[in-house]
Amino acid sequence: MIKKILLILFFSINANAALEVTIAQGKVEPTPIAITQIFGADSDTARYGNTLRQIINNNLTNSGLFYTVNEDLYIQSDNLVEKVPRFEDWKLIKAQFLLSADVSKTDKGIRLRMRLYDVFNAKEIEKLQLSIPDENLIRRVGHTVSDIVYERITGETGYFDTRIVYVSEIGPLDQRVKRLAIMDQDGHLDSHQFLTDGKNLVLTPRFAPNNQIVTYMEYKNNLPRVYIYNLKTGEREIVGDFPGMTFAPRFSPDSQSVVMSFSDPNNAANSEIYLMDLNTRSRLRLTNDSGIDTSPSFSPNGEKIVFNSDRGGSPQLFIMDKNGDNIKRISKGRGVYGNPVWSPRGDLIAFTKLTQGNFHIGVMDTNGNNERVIVRDFSLESPAWSPNGRYLIFHRQKRSNLDGTGGEVSIHFIDITGYNERVIPTPLDGSDPAWSPLL
Amino acid sequence: MLKKLFMLIVAGFFLASCAATKTEEGGNVDAASTSASSSSGGEITAGTQEDLIVNVGDRVFFEFDSSELTVDAQATLDAQAAWLMQYPDTNITVEGHADERGTREYNLALGDKRAFSVYSYLAQAGIDTNRMEYVSWGKERPDVIGSDETAYSQNRRGVTIVSN
Repeated sequence: MIKKILLILFFSINANAALEVTIAQGKVEPTPIAITQIFGADSDTARYGNTLRQIINNNLTNSGLFYTVNEDLYIQSDNLVEKVPRFEDWKLIKAQFLLSADVSKTDKGIRLRMRLYDVFNAKEIEKLQLSIPDENLIRRVGHTVSDIVYERITGETGYFDTRIVYVSEIGPLDQRVKRLAIMDQDGHLDSHQFLTDGKNLVLTPRFAPNNQIVTYMEYKNNLPRVYIYNLKTGEREIVGDFPGMTFAPRFSPDSQSVVMSFSDPNNAANSEIYLMDLNTRSRLRLTNDSGIDTSPSFSPNGEKIVFNSDRGGSPQLFIMDKNGDNIKRISKGRGVYGNPVWSPRGDLIAFTKLTQGNFHIGVMDTNGNNERVIVRDFSLESPAWSPNGRYLIFHRQKRSNLDGTGGEVSIHFIDITGYNERVIPTPLDGSDPAWSPLL
Repeated sequence: MLKKLFMLIVAGFFLASCAATKTEEGGNVDAASTSASSSSGGEITAGTQEDLIVNVGDRVFFEFDSSELTVDAQATLDAQAAWLMQYPDTNITVEGHADERGTREYNLALGDKRAFSVYSYLAQAGIDTNRMEYVSWGKERPDVIGSDETAYSQNRRGVTIVSN
């Protein structure tokens, strides 16, 4: 992903192997990191550096895998881009890693130089220099640097230079106005943008794994159908133009097809799962059962599909081959299951479960074993994976009351260990979040 | 003009005859929700949504996670079919809805099955399918706001909307 960013003119990776941070099951002890000022020669660059530092600090802290050592404790206050740090000073305040950077103006825009040090081993482990042609890219730059630090220290793929598409909600609960909206993964207001005007109800946006295209459902002229939205061109296009409702769309791993439900009037409006090739527009029916079949989600290798069906009586999770063969129930627990989503790592399936009056979001192995609840509340829905498969985002809705109050819905982030839950801020209420691939 | 008057009389006649069943079959008309509340003052125009709501019952209710028509629901739909026979120029859209205790996508599917149950019942009762459309709103348009069974039972519904 780093290579993809055009703004990088020069970039060097230190050849040392990544240092492993212990990420076992259960609670992760966050790694202490010190982030010096991002130095600038004048007030403009100093301000720029300050903003960058905030972005990086927030990202790393929000991941739950880092905490930043309180700046008041710093003994050394120098710019450590060209100067070797006094490692003893940093060891004393228990910083395990040390990040220093500076920014300066050049003919080609802004230059950022960064150094990452392993304090305990007293050595530089990463350095980079970025040439930033456009000041407005500051948030992308902050995210990119965060990804480099995260990857270098944890050994996992980063996820900061990504966006979240979701449904922004406002108005009375029985006449909700819903708009597609998009923002950086941290929910920063500067990055926030509405994609639709709220005239038509929109639901369940999902990113293509390989590009900046979103598939979603829209009630255009009161006809609920599946659409795609090209974020680069702004073009919107119907893809589920069938003689009945199409819904629950998701891309295949190669982003060339959309798998979705179609409720055919010639089949008693019973929802079946179809695969549509976006290039040829040919469609293939994958399920054939008198029960509801919906919420399909591909395995990352494209071989299997997990889906939701009430063919056995109550809604449960099933997997099938990509052509619809070998259907097998995988959910084993009591309760009503839904929303299965295959992890990008391929090893887990996230789901919702309704039991004993509460919704649960959990993960299970792809054969249904080792089911584990991550979060439980009155109303939880729409789990979506971070591109590195370590985190989930979902929405949480409060109870509503007869007088019309309540029902607030917000987007949350959580580590799949069940720790480090936090709200991702949105200007209005938010639901149905979905994560982009790395930009 | 005369024709309209005649229709009104016929409507009144017919409705009086089935009023007894109507009140039993969940016709606890929640008129405030979908209709304009003009009924307080003026007369109800025959063949309108308001007429349907007040004198026939515009909706049927479903059991949890079910799209089967109950006996009560069938009685309401029989009355709706008779009413639609009476106003042959009236077209309708049947909306299928679900309560909030399910995923968005499952509820869209369920809402569609519910809407289709109503639609096909009316079709079997002799209403031309060219006069009817149906659509699922899943759990997106509750009639009663609230997170309790009272609200849920009102929200698991199929609603007949006069579309012209």
